[in-house]
Amino acid sequence: MNAPNNSVVLDDPLVIAGRAYRSRLLVGTGKYKDFDETRAAIDASGAEIVTVAIRRTNIGQNAGEPSLLDYLPPSQFTLLPNTAGCYTADDAVRTLKLARELLDGHKLVKLEVLGDPNTLYPNVRETIVAAEALIRDGFDVMVYTSDDPIIARELEAVGCVAIMPLASLIGSGMGILNPWNLKLIIEQSKVPVLVDAGVGTASDAAVAMELGCAGVLMNTAIASAQRPVLMAGAMKKAIEAGREAYIAGRMPRRLYAASPSSPGRGLIS
Amino acid sequence: MTSIQLNGSPYLCRKLSPRISDLIRDLSLDGKRIAIERNGEIVPRSKHPETVLLDGDKIEVVAAVGGG
Repeated sequence: MNAPNNSVVLDDPLVIAGRAYRSRLLVGTGKYKDFDETRAAIDASGAEIVTVAIRRTNIGQNAGEPSLLDYLPPSQFTLLPNTAGCYTADDAVRTLKLARELLDGHKLVKLEVLGDPNTLYPNVRETIVAAEALIRDGFDVMVYTSDDPIIARELEAVGCVAIMPLASLIGSGMGILNPWNLKLIIEQSKVPVLVDAGVGTASDAAVAMELGCAGVLMNTAIASAQRPVLMAGAMKKAIEAGREAYIAGRMPRRLYAASPSSPGRGLIS
Repeated sequence: MTSIQLNGSPYLCRKLSPRISDLIRDLSLDGKRIAIERNGEIVPRSKHPETVLLDGDKIEVVAAVGGG
Protein backbone atom coordinates (compact mmCIF):
# COMPACT_ATOMS: atom_id res chain seq x y z
CA MET A 1 0.00 0.00 0.00
CA ASN A 2 1.26 3.43 -0.80
CA ALA A 3 1.72 5.87 2.01
CA PRO A 4 -0.80 8.68 1.72
CA ASN A 5 0.72 11.85 0.36
CA ASN A 6 -0.37 14.57 2.72
CA SER A 7 2.01 17.26 1.50
CA VAL A 8 0.19 20.44 0.64
CA VAL A 9 0.80 21.82 -2.81
CA LEU A 10 -0.17 25.45 -2.78
CA ASP A 11 -1.62 27.12 -5.82
CA ASP A 12 0.16 30.32 -4.98
CA PRO A 13 1.56 32.13 -7.99
CA LEU A 14 3.35 35.45 -7.84
CA VAL A 15 1.34 37.82 -10.02
CA ILE A 16 3.13 40.85 -11.42
CA ALA A 17 1.41 43.15 -13.91
CA GLY A 18 -1.20 40.48 -14.58
CA ARG A 19 1.22 37.65 -15.30
CA ALA A 20 1.63 34.68 -12.97
CA TYR A 21 4.99 33.18 -12.01
CA ARG A 22 5.63 29.98 -10.08
CA SER A 23 8.92 31.14 -8.58
CA ARG A 24 9.11 33.93 -6.05
CA LEU A 25 12.86 34.18 -6.42
CA LEU A 26 14.13 36.71 -8.95
CA VAL A 27 17.82 36.72 -9.71
CA GLY A 28 20.41 38.97 -11.25
CA THR A 29 22.96 37.88 -13.83
CA GLY A 30 26.01 39.89 -12.77
CA LYS A 31 29.31 38.89 -11.14
CA TYR A 32 29.40 35.26 -12.34
CA LYS A 33 32.61 33.62 -13.54
CA ASP A 34 31.20 32.96 -16.99
CA PHE A 35 27.90 32.43 -18.81
CA ASP A 36 27.89 28.70 -18.06
CA GLU A 37 27.96 29.40 -14.35
CA THR A 38 25.32 32.12 -14.78
CA ARG A 39 22.98 29.68 -16.48
CA ALA A 40 23.68 26.83 -14.05
CA ALA A 41 22.97 29.07 -11.05
CA ILE A 42 19.77 30.42 -12.57
CA ASP A 43 18.58 26.91 -13.35
CA ALA A 44 19.31 25.82 -9.78
CA SER A 45 17.46 28.86 -8.41
CA GLY A 46 14.32 28.03 -10.36
CA ALA A 47 13.96 31.74 -11.14
CA GLU A 48 11.74 32.70 -14.05
CA ILE A 49 12.46 36.42 -13.91
CA VAL A 50 16.10 37.42 -14.38
CA THR A 51 17.51 40.92 -14.44
CA VAL A 52 19.88 42.16 -17.12
CA ALA A 53 21.81 45.41 -17.48
CA ILE A 54 21.98 47.52 -20.62
CA ARG A 55 25.44 48.65 -21.64
CA ARG A 56 27.34 49.99 -24.64
CA THR A 57 28.65 47.24 -26.89
CA ASN A 58 32.42 46.94 -27.20
CA ILE A 59 33.10 48.43 -30.60
CA GLY A 60 35.38 46.39 -32.78
CA GLN A 61 36.13 43.79 -30.15
CA ASN A 62 35.16 40.15 -30.10
CA ALA A 63 32.21 40.57 -32.41
CA GLY A 64 31.79 36.80 -32.58
CA GLU A 65 31.84 36.08 -28.86
CA PRO A 66 28.67 34.71 -27.21
CA SER A 67 26.31 37.08 -25.49
CA LEU A 68 24.33 36.74 -22.28
CA LEU A 69 21.08 36.30 -24.16
CA ASP A 70 22.46 33.27 -25.99
CA TYR A 71 22.49 31.63 -22.55
CA LEU A 72 19.26 33.18 -21.30
CA PRO A 73 16.92 33.24 -24.30
CA PRO A 74 13.92 35.54 -23.88
CA SER A 75 11.75 32.59 -24.93
CA GLN A 76 12.68 30.74 -21.71
CA PHE A 77 12.97 33.55 -19.17
CA THR A 78 11.24 36.81 -18.40
CA LEU A 79 14.11 39.24 -18.80
CA LEU A 80 13.90 42.21 -16.49
CA PRO A 81 16.08 45.03 -17.82
CA ASN A 82 17.30 47.25 -15.02
CA THR A 83 18.78 50.70 -14.76
CA ALA A 84 21.57 49.88 -12.33
CA GLY A 85 24.27 52.50 -12.65
CA CYS A 86 21.86 55.34 -13.51
CA TYR A 87 21.97 58.40 -11.29
CA THR A 88 19.31 60.53 -12.95
CA ALA A 89 15.72 59.99 -14.00
CA ASP A 90 16.64 60.94 -17.57
CA ASP A 91 19.37 58.28 -17.82
CA ALA A 92 17.09 55.64 -16.35
CA VAL A 93 14.28 56.42 -18.79
CA ARG A 94 16.68 56.44 -21.74
CA THR A 95 18.16 53.12 -20.67
CA LEU A 96 14.78 51.42 -20.42
CA LYS A 97 13.62 52.77 -23.76
CA LEU A 98 16.73 51.17 -25.27
CA ALA A 99 15.90 47.98 -23.40
CA ARG A 100 12.38 47.96 -24.81
CA GLU A 101 13.76 48.30 -28.33
CA LEU A 102 16.35 45.61 -27.61
CA LEU A 103 13.73 43.18 -26.30
CA ASP A 104 11.09 43.72 -29.00
CA GLY A 105 8.70 45.93 -27.06
CA HIS A 106 9.05 44.22 -23.69
CA LYS A 107 7.28 46.36 -21.04
CA LEU A 108 8.25 44.89 -17.66
CA VAL A 109 11.29 46.68 -16.25
CA LYS A 110 13.19 47.26 -13.04
CA LEU A 111 13.75 50.91 -12.24
CA GLU A 112 16.64 51.80 -10.00
CA VAL A 113 18.06 55.31 -9.69
CA LEU A 114 21.08 55.54 -7.45
CA GLY A 115 22.07 58.48 -5.31
CA ASP A 116 25.54 57.62 -4.10
CA PRO A 117 28.37 55.64 -5.70
CA ASN A 118 29.71 54.25 -2.43
CA THR A 119 26.55 53.01 -0.78
CA LEU A 120 24.45 52.66 -3.96
CA TYR A 121 21.62 54.09 -1.89
CA PRO A 122 18.64 54.97 -4.09
CA ASN A 123 17.77 58.56 -4.97
CA VAL A 124 14.05 58.36 -4.34
CA ARG A 125 13.22 61.77 -5.78
CA GLU A 126 14.74 60.89 -9.16
CA THR A 127 13.16 57.44 -8.88
CA ILE A 128 9.65 58.89 -8.59
CA VAL A 129 10.24 61.26 -11.54
CA ALA A 130 11.48 58.35 -13.68
CA ALA A 131 8.63 56.08 -12.59
CA GLU A 132 6.04 58.64 -13.64
CA ALA A 133 7.67 59.14 -17.06
CA LEU A 134 7.99 55.41 -17.70
CA ILE A 135 4.44 54.61 -16.66
CA ARG A 136 3.14 57.40 -18.91
CA ASP A 137 5.09 55.76 -21.72
CA GLY A 138 3.43 52.37 -21.13
CA PHE A 139 6.08 50.54 -19.08
CA ASP A 140 5.27 48.15 -16.22
CA VAL A 141 7.65 49.38 -13.55
CA MET A 142 9.03 47.28 -10.71
CA VAL A 143 10.79 49.82 -8.58
CA TYR A 144 13.81 49.58 -6.33
CA THR A 145 13.57 51.98 -3.42
CA SER A 146 14.53 52.66 0.17
CA ASP A 147 12.51 51.06 2.96
CA ASP A 148 10.64 54.32 3.59
CA PRO A 149 6.92 53.47 3.67
CA ILE A 150 5.87 56.96 2.56
CA ILE A 151 8.04 56.81 -0.57
CA ALA A 152 6.78 53.28 -1.19
CA ARG A 153 3.21 54.56 -1.02
CA GLU A 154 3.97 57.34 -3.49
CA LEU A 155 5.56 54.88 -5.92
CA GLU A 156 2.48 52.71 -5.72
CA ALA A 157 0.25 55.75 -6.20
CA VAL A 158 2.00 56.72 -9.45
CA GLY A 159 1.35 53.21 -10.76
CA CYS A 160 4.37 50.99 -10.13
CA VAL A 161 3.48 47.29 -10.47
CA ALA A 162 5.81 46.13 -7.68
CA ILE A 163 7.57 47.89 -4.83
CA MET A 164 11.06 46.60 -4.12
CA PRO A 165 12.60 48.04 -0.96
CA LEU A 166 16.15 47.27 0.06
CA ALA A 167 16.69 45.01 3.05
CA SER A 168 20.19 46.44 3.38
CA LEU A 169 22.58 48.06 0.92
CA ILE A 170 23.15 46.57 -2.55
CA GLY A 171 25.85 43.92 -2.48
CA SER A 172 26.34 44.22 1.30
CA GLY A 173 24.89 40.84 2.30
CA MET A 174 23.90 42.41 5.62
CA GLY A 175 20.46 40.82 5.60
CA ILE A 176 17.14 42.25 6.78
CA LEU A 177 18.11 45.29 8.84
CA ASN A 178 14.70 46.84 9.36
CA PRO A 179 11.98 44.20 9.29
CA TRP A 180 9.50 46.62 10.83
CA ASN A 181 9.69 49.07 7.94
CA LEU A 182 9.36 46.21 5.47
CA LYS A 183 6.30 45.03 7.38
CA LEU A 184 4.76 48.51 7.19
CA ILE A 185 5.32 48.59 3.42
CA ILE A 186 3.90 45.08 2.97
CA GLU A 187 0.80 45.90 5.01
CA GLN A 188 -0.03 49.10 3.15
CA SER A 189 0.71 47.91 -0.41
CA LYS A 190 -1.78 46.42 -2.83
CA VAL A 191 0.92 45.54 -5.36
CA PRO A 192 3.57 42.89 -4.64
CA VAL A 193 6.41 43.92 -2.33
CA LEU A 194 9.74 42.23 -3.04
CA VAL A 195 12.94 42.62 -1.11
CA ASP A 196 15.60 43.77 -3.54
CA ALA A 197 19.14 44.00 -2.23
CA GLY A 198 20.86 43.07 0.98
CA VAL A 199 20.16 39.34 1.26
CA GLY A 200 23.35 37.54 2.27
CA THR A 201 22.34 33.95 2.84
CA ALA A 202 19.37 31.59 2.77
CA SER A 203 18.00 32.51 6.20
CA ASP A 204 17.75 36.17 5.13
CA ALA A 205 15.59 35.15 2.18
CA ALA A 206 13.40 33.01 4.44
CA VAL A 207 12.98 35.90 6.90
CA ALA A 208 11.93 38.22 4.08
CA MET A 209 9.29 35.73 2.94
CA GLU A 210 8.07 35.08 6.49
CA LEU A 211 7.50 38.82 6.84
CA GLY A 212 5.05 38.51 3.94
CA CYS A 213 7.16 39.67 1.04
CA ALA A 214 5.81 38.49 -2.30
CA GLY A 215 9.31 37.62 -3.45
CA VAL A 216 13.00 38.40 -3.25
CA LEU A 217 15.37 39.68 -5.90
CA MET A 218 19.03 38.89 -5.35
CA ASN A 219 22.30 38.69 -7.26
CA THR A 220 25.44 38.97 -5.14
CA ALA A 221 24.26 36.53 -2.46
CA ILE A 222 24.33 33.80 -5.09
CA ALA A 223 27.07 34.99 -7.45
CA SER A 224 29.56 35.79 -4.68
CA ALA A 225 28.98 32.60 -2.69
CA GLN A 226 31.93 30.21 -2.67
CA ARG A 227 29.74 27.79 -4.65
CA PRO A 228 27.16 29.86 -6.49
CA VAL A 229 25.14 27.00 -7.98
CA LEU A 230 24.77 25.33 -4.57
CA MET A 231 23.72 28.65 -3.02
CA ALA A 232 21.18 29.18 -5.79
CA GLY A 233 19.50 25.92 -4.80
CA ALA A 234 19.63 26.91 -1.12
CA MET A 235 17.91 30.19 -1.94
CA LYS A 236 15.17 28.41 -3.87
CA LYS A 237 14.40 26.27 -0.81
CA ALA A 238 14.60 29.25 1.56
CA ILE A 239 12.12 31.24 -0.52
CA GLU A 240 9.72 28.29 -0.65
CA ALA A 241 10.12 27.53 3.07
CA GLY A 242 9.64 31.16 4.03
CA ARG A 243 6.55 31.51 1.86
CA GLU A 244 4.96 28.34 3.21
CA ALA A 245 5.73 29.38 6.80
CA TYR A 246 4.12 32.77 6.13
CA ILE A 247 0.98 31.19 4.73
CA ALA A 248 0.90 28.52 7.45
CA GLY A 249 1.00 31.25 10.09
CA ARG A 250 3.57 31.01 12.81
CA MET A 251 2.72 30.20 16.44
CA PRO A 252 2.61 33.18 18.75
CA ARG A 253 5.81 34.12 20.55
CA ARG A 254 5.76 33.88 24.33
CA LEU A 255 8.45 33.95 26.92
CA TYR A 256 7.40 30.56 28.29
CA ALA A 257 4.33 28.39 27.92
CA ALA A 258 4.30 25.80 30.66
CA SER A 259 2.71 23.62 27.98
CA PRO A 260 5.02 20.79 26.99
CA SER A 261 4.47 19.01 23.71
CA SER A 262 4.35 15.60 25.41
CA PRO A 263 1.41 14.44 27.59
CA GLY A 264 1.67 15.32 31.28
CA ARG A 265 -0.16 12.15 32.28
CA GLY A 266 1.00 8.57 32.15
CA LEU A 267 4.51 9.24 33.32
CA ILE A 268 6.12 6.25 35.02
CA SER A 269 6.84 6.88 38.63
CA MET B 1 33.49 60.03 -45.08
CA THR B 2 31.06 60.67 -42.26
CA SER B 3 32.43 61.39 -38.80
CA ILE B 4 30.23 60.35 -35.88
CA GLN B 5 30.51 59.81 -32.14
CA LEU B 6 30.00 56.09 -31.55
CA ASN B 7 29.51 55.03 -27.92
CA GLY B 8 31.39 58.11 -26.83
CA SER B 9 34.37 57.78 -29.19
CA PRO B 10 35.03 59.28 -32.65
CA TYR B 11 34.27 56.93 -35.54
CA LEU B 12 34.67 57.34 -39.28
CA CYS B 13 32.13 55.65 -41.55
CA ARG B 14 33.77 54.51 -44.76
CA LYS B 15 30.71 54.68 -47.00
CA LEU B 16 29.19 57.81 -48.43
CA SER B 17 25.76 58.53 -46.89
CA PRO B 18 26.02 55.56 -44.56
CA ARG B 19 22.83 54.08 -43.15
CA ILE B 20 22.57 52.65 -39.67
CA SER B 21 22.34 49.19 -41.21
CA ASP B 22 25.74 49.83 -42.90
CA LEU B 23 27.24 50.78 -39.54
CA ILE B 24 25.87 47.62 -37.93
CA ARG B 25 27.43 45.54 -40.72
CA ASP B 26 30.78 47.36 -40.37
CA LEU B 27 30.77 46.56 -36.66
CA SER B 28 29.97 42.87 -37.35
CA LEU B 29 26.86 43.25 -35.23
CA ASP B 30 24.31 42.11 -37.81
CA GLY B 31 21.93 39.58 -36.36
CA LYS B 32 22.93 40.53 -32.81
CA ARG B 33 20.39 41.70 -30.28
CA ILE B 34 21.26 45.38 -29.99
CA ALA B 35 19.44 48.68 -29.74
CA ILE B 36 20.47 51.97 -31.30
CA GLU B 37 20.00 55.55 -30.22
CA ARG B 38 20.76 58.47 -32.53
CA ASN B 39 21.14 61.88 -30.90
CA GLY B 40 19.15 60.73 -27.91
CA GLU B 41 16.29 59.12 -29.85
CA ILE B 42 15.74 55.41 -30.35
CA VAL B 43 15.98 54.29 -33.95
CA PRO B 44 13.68 51.27 -34.25
CA ARG B 45 15.11 48.23 -36.00
CA SER B 46 12.72 48.68 -38.92
CA LYS B 47 14.23 52.11 -39.61
CA HIS B 48 17.90 51.00 -39.64
CA PRO B 49 18.07 50.57 -43.43
CA GLU B 50 16.67 54.02 -44.16
CA THR B 51 18.30 56.14 -41.45
CA VAL B 52 21.26 58.05 -42.91
CA LEU B 53 24.07 59.03 -40.56
CA LEU B 54 25.20 62.65 -40.65
CA ASP B 55 28.45 64.27 -39.54
CA GLY B 56 28.45 64.81 -35.79
CA ASP B 57 25.68 62.30 -35.04
CA LYS B 58 25.92 60.80 -31.57
CA ILE B 59 25.20 57.09 -31.84
CA GLU B 60 24.79 54.67 -28.95
CA VAL B 61 24.82 50.92 -29.57
CA VAL B 62 23.80 48.86 -26.54
CA ALA B 63 23.24 45.25 -25.64
CA ALA B 64 22.05 43.27 -22.62
CA VAL B 65 24.81 42.21 -20.23
CA GLY B 66 24.92 40.53 -16.84
CA GLY B 67 23.67 42.68 -14.01
CA GLY B 68 21.55 42.86 -10.89
